[in-house]
Amino acid sequence: MKNETNNRRQFIQALTATASLSALSGTAFAANKKSIGRVVVIGGGFGGATAAKYLRMWSGGRIEVTLIERNKEFISCPASNEVLAGYRNFDTLRHGYDGLKKNWGVKIVHASVTAIDADKRRVKTDHGGEFAFDHVIVAPGIDFLYDQIAGYNEAAREKILHAWKAGPQTLALRKQLEAMPDGGVYALTIPKAPYRCPPGPYERACLIASYLKTNKPKSKVLVLDANDKIQSKQKLFQDVWEADYKDLIEYQPNWNAVSVDAAQNAVTNELGDTVKAAVLNVVPPHRAGDIAQSAGLINVNQRWCAVDWVTLESTAVKNVHVIGDALMPGPTMPKSGHMANQHGKAAAAAIVEMLSGRTPQPTLMANTCYSMVDENRGMHVASVHRYDAEKKAHQPVAGAGGLSVEPNKLEGIFAHAWANTIWKEMLT
Amino acid sequence: MKRSKIHIVVALLFVPIIGVAQNTPPDYFVANCFNCHGTDGRGHSTIPPLAGLTKPYIIEQIAAFKAGTRPATVMHQLSKGYTDDEIARAAAYFAAQKK
Repeated sequence: MKNETNNRRQFIQALTATASLSALSGTAFAANKKSIGRVVVIGGGFGGATAAKYLRMWSGGRIEVTLIERNKEFISCPASNEVLAGYRNFDTLRHGYDGLKKNWGVKIVHASVTAIDADKRRVKTDHGGEFAFDHVIVAPGIDFLYDQIAGYNEAAREKILHAWKAGPQTLALRKQLEAMPDGGVYALTIPKAPYRCPPGPYERACLIASYLKTNKPKSKVLVLDANDKIQSKQKLFQDVWEADYKDLIEYQPNWNAVSVDAAQNAVTNELGDTVKAAVLNVVPPHRAGDIAQSAGLINVNQRWCAVDWVTLESTAVKNVHVIGDALMPGPTMPKSGHMANQHGKAAAAAIVEMLSGRTPQPTLMANTCYSMVDENRGMHVASVHRYDAEKKAHQPVAGAGGLSVEPNKLEGIFAHAWANTIWKEMLT
Repeated sequence: MKRSKIHIVVALLFVPIIGVAQNTPPDYFVANCFNCHGTDGRGHSTIPPLAGLTKPYIIEQIAAFKAGTRPATVMHQLSKGYTDDEIARAAAYFAAQKK
């Protein structure tokens, strides 16, 4: 009997431990599949795909999740600069949505959202039908403010590329670089912050310079930055430009592009200075994606969406949550894929809590952004963000986070491992 | 005796689980680690997986990262964003995951 009691006690302990420790992966709820609510996620990028998966996981399958994404596949912006340099096959950026469907029971709908009716709690699509929701998560990424650059019309966009959304433009810009003669100028314009992926333009400059250094050494990379300085990893980028790309990369701060001339392949800034280039890569200013605008979610500077940082619920429209690059970010919080993943988890956690009859609590968020400086060497910036109840927003944790000491091969290996891991993390 | 034992087992299977589901939220922040170490710490890359490592080992390694006694590229920076209690809870979570 004593043995039996001990066994029973051990069993209870083991079961309790299993219940509390497996709660994150949802297996604790496997016995109860009764629906506790419906969530529609709009946009299947780093934020939306993550939110869809974790809503299913953390509710133990009790929240019905529909992910509406207009593209048939996910194409990663992170690592796409490597394609421009010829260091990565474009196909490695492409990932399907089958894992979310098969592993997690997310309903995937490939359609474009035409309207969000927050009062009736319905999402309307162009050809996928309508979807009722208890909560909707809007993860639209960014769209471009082409009208802020005169002449950047549809015809001009055939020739002058942004390649700031990975996809056909990534391959097209690679082709332009391959076709560029030795001695040509590649010019990249950077919009004023905040923009998607703060270190991204400077990484692009490094990788294209690396490609040119080997293949077209008389060429030049001209970085025309609307900001007054390099926006991320400043000293690291300056040092590598000085050490490895001294005569190749020329950096000009406070160079705000205001017009383009597609016939001349030229760009002009607000002071009237004009630059002609063999390959002209103009990244226009951005705002939150189109659906955020049409749904009335943009309420900061006519560009970004403000949210309650506990629930990621819009401050403009109730029951509508916004995540990812569309947000007006907290201090030092970048518009990055890693950060969007964290927003997605925070929104999923809050909605699971609300639909379970509990009060959502703020969660911690962290960011790690890797940049490659050539084919093999990488470097990072990292931060941890904790909710501040007085400021009602996440603040960077003092003393945590930081930068690489220098770019190196080990961090290059970790940069690639990061990409492979987070793609699986969000989609399988 | 036999039947009552089965009843207890059946009861135990559901009571603590439902209790956890309704009253105590899980430690959502642990999922921060999944971005690089894989979902539930089951990554398959050069970034070390965490699933199935023992709780004391994880706690000790994080303490070493924080103290600067274990060299790191990024973990010495990220680990400082979490309290000792949070690290202990994350360590318990990963220790309970199958490799």
